[in-house]
Amino acid sequence: MTYIVKPQFHHPSLTTNKLGFTRRDYEGRVSTLCAGCGHDSISAAIVQACFEIDLEPHRLAKLSGIGCSSKTPDYFLSASHGFNTVHGRMPSVLTGANLANRELIYLGVSGDGDSASIGLGQFAHAMRRGVNMAYIVENNGVYGLTKGQFSATADKGSKSKKGVVNSDSGIDLVALALQLGATFVGRSFSGDKDQLVPLIKAALTHKGAAFIDVLSPCIAFNNHKGSTKSFDWVREHNEAVNRLDVLLGRVPVTTAYEPGSLVEVAQHDGSTLLLRKVAEDYDATDRVRAMSYLQERQAVGEIVTGLLYVDPEAEDLHDALNTVPRALNALTDAELTPGSAALAKINAALR
Amino acid sequence: MEPTNTEAPEYFHKVVDCQWACPAHTPVPEYIRLIAQGRHADAYMVNWKSNVFPGILGRTCDRPCEPACRRGRVDEEPVAICRLKRVAADNKGDVAARMPSAPTQLIGKRIACVGAGPAAMTVARDLAPLGYHVTVYDADTKAGGMIRSQIPRFRLPESVIDEEMGFITGLGLEMRLGERIDSLGALLREDYDAIFVGTGAPRGRDLDVPGRQEAAANIHIGIDWLSSVSFGHIEQIGRRVIVLGGGNTAMDCCRTSRRLGGEDVKVIVRSGFSEMKASPWEKEDAQHEGIPIHDFLVPKAFTHENGKLTGVTFEKVGAVYDEKGRRSLKPTGEPDQHFECDDVLVAIGQENSFPWIERDIGLTFDEWGMPVVDELTFQSSLPNVFFGGDAAFGPKNIIWAVAHGHDAAISIDRFCRGGDLRLRPPPGVLVSSQKMGIHEWSYDNDVSDEDRQKVPLLPIAEALADVKAEVELGFDDPRSWAETQRCLNCDVQTVFAAPLCIECDACVDICPTDCITFTVNGEEEELRPRLKAPALNLTQDLYVSGSLPTGRVLVKDEDVCLHCGLCAERCPTGAWDMQKFVIEMTHAGGGCSK
Repeated sequence: MTYIVKPQFHHPSLTTNKLGFTRRDYEGRVSTLCAGCGHDSISAAIVQACFEIDLEPHRLAKLSGIGCSSKTPDYFLSASHGFNTVHGRMPSVLTGANLANRELIYLGVSGDGDSASIGLGQFAHAMRRGVNMAYIVENNGVYGLTKGQFSATADKGSKSKKGVVNSDSGIDLVALALQLGATFVGRSFSGDKDQLVPLIKAALTHKGAAFIDVLSPCIAFNNHKGSTKSFDWVREHNEAVNRLDVLLGRVPVTTAYEPGSLVEVAQHDGSTLLLRKVAEDYDATDRVRAMSYLQERQAVGEIVTGLLYVDPEAEDLHDALNTVPRALNALTDAELTPGSAALAKINAALR
Repeated sequence: MEPTNTEAPEYFHKVVDCQWACPAHTPVPEYIRLIAQGRHADAYMVNWKSNVFPGILGRTCDRPCEPACRRGRVDEEPVAICRLKRVAADNKGDVAARMPSAPTQLIGKRIACVGAGPAAMTVARDLAPLGYHVTVYDADTKAGGMIRSQIPRFRLPESVIDEEMGFITGLGLEMRLGERIDSLGALLREDYDAIFVGTGAPRGRDLDVPGRQEAAANIHIGIDWLSSVSFGHIEQIGRRVIVLGGGNTAMDCCRTSRRLGGEDVKVIVRSGFSEMKASPWEKEDAQHEGIPIHDFLVPKAFTHENGKLTGVTFEKVGAVYDEKGRRSLKPTGEPDQHFECDDVLVAIGQENSFPWIERDIGLTFDEWGMPVVDELTFQSSLPNVFFGGDAAFGPKNIIWAVAHGHDAAISIDRFCRGGDLRLRPPPGVLVSSQKMGIHEWSYDNDVSDEDRQKVPLLPIAEALADVKAEVELGFDDPRSWAETQRCLNCDVQTVFAAPLCIECDACVDICPTDCITFTVNGEEEELRPRLKAPALNLTQDLYVSGSLPTGRVLVKDEDVCLHCGLCAERCPTGAWDMQKFVIEMTHAGGGCSK
């Protein structure tokens, strides 16, 4: 780790957003991860995304589990709420927090160990319930904190740093999320902020369970030949299906695009997702075709990235449960103790 | 863009803005680190080697380094470099043993220096240790030239001048003080191997407006008057004083007047306040002593009664700019203003004066009466006569005079040994990694948030009571320490090794000032605006790598790099390294050995 604090001095041209914050105001403490860790790039992308969507830091709750990736919420948005929970249990804690206070924006940060091994069940249920959150998995295919064993997302046949070949099938969290009903699914690469930052912006503004799988090379244990999560491998096999721009508010699209090459997706919160097609015929609003497309491309060794699926009309857990719109701690005695008449009415309904 | 050639000494030298801006190229960050370590004598010697007069310059330098300081581009104010130099000088202790000694054997070459000011004394210092017999002539009875005659004692105590001139006279010079050279022709006939002319710009410009002759008794030429004060010939001035002019001499005149009985002292200047030639801090110092500065007033006439000065009449002007942006001063039509006074000091500029150089001895003068001097070699049209300091190219300042002196000494040495004067010795360059551990460097890379420290001053009543009482007290230890920590160590360079880079973006993400971009290459004008932070300061170079595996290049904008080393700390492959770049100008006699 670095011993000095990141200096406060900044470039004279550094701009402020609508709230008057600079990008630097969204930073956290200096990372204690290994130098060059992909996770730090993801943290930088989160900082950039929150700055760009004029997010008020106190309105964000960042939750994580255990692992290298789950340490990272300390390294961005120091002025936000944070909860470093139990191994694999971030989705449950986040679900509870969300139910208690739906006025916050929820960001869950997890890793491939935290979400695909110990927390796989938790991950699955958060997705299928449609908890309104952005769920980012920083996926490096390896247990970095315990020195480089394969994780559950390591591809079958890939090699560890010591030369061991992985005999287990890898879990594809994107395929799982699609199958489990996530309403926003993306995949990206820590080394491509042009792609990653808009995805995070869109996920944070999406209503419903938004999942992003971010390939994030582990410099210390998984960046060698034979790894399928190394910088070189991901760069060689990365095939983006589209490029995303996120427009806040109802801003008319002014840039000219070729007919059919641009898809506009209006989100609940008023933002617009502009998808510039890269792969012909890829339709990011068709869940079934997205799933089969991903299987096909994966079979030929491609890593498909981009905004893979979005349901702009998605509903979330609160809609399903018909909960009160306010945070529970903001409810008054009058609402919490409606009186004996109300109790009598409920009891009557049960007779 | 082509990959940057960091092997060329100029590239990294330019990154050390202060050192690049210093005419003598003093290694500023190096001596500031030494001060921080309490090694004041070492810091002094680093200075002494390159600028010869650290104690004097630490009080009087025009500080071209400070406006250039990188800190001024990220913080409100630059590092107080000049005042730190004084700290080194004030705390150095006895450095006599570190000074070169007079050579035991002379090489049989005789050099004459005309003038004992900063340029000539630099020539003497550089040449005497090499075995030259150096004779220094000066009309004054003590060495120092304008340093002694024109700079007021309350800014520069005489003991400092005596000590630093003493280091040079101790090198076995033949000091012929009190001896004015009235004829270069005669001096040439004395068969010196080379003559160096460092006579400065000794004549103050006069103001020829009505009343000048009639009121002459109370109208004084600024530098002559300052000199008379310095040598104790003048000890008082009238109660109401007007100083005409807006340069540093005017500031010295008005502040000296305040100490010699002037109670109502004002500076009146033709140009606007912001365009005055005086350094901003000298203007501040004058205002601090209760001296108002009136601007846009052109003197029209001296008024007088019965042969005695009564005041000065001024025409009010305003700045008018033509289509090319050139400024001229045009009368505003407002009524003339009259200021009453008892004395006027005229400080409207200095001129060269060479009445002692015969025009028929083969030395060419240009149409403005200046000797024709080679800008590289400082040689005149007489091959054995060299010029330097203000005498060469007109009035500048002490640090330029020192730089000229070094260069002229190189030329004189080559001339005497029969070498090519145009072949200048290359600088000595040393680049060394500062890495000691994964996150440990042999320099202090933490960036201090401290504001620029203010120099404590003598209470104003005490300062104004004694023209010899030094008004600035210098930094004490805590202030000195705090100020040293503000230096960004710009000489510790970020050095990039493209073959090691895996393009992980760690350096991009950590850089506090957004200096680093990985992008497709392009032409410089096209590349600058599209970097992570637009590189719009064209005086600062871009550091461009060769092509990387993804086909992109690294582009680093040197402009506001804090040299904090975080890029190198976060680099997993050591593609970034922090390397100290030491560049030392080679002086006379050097070039082969250190």
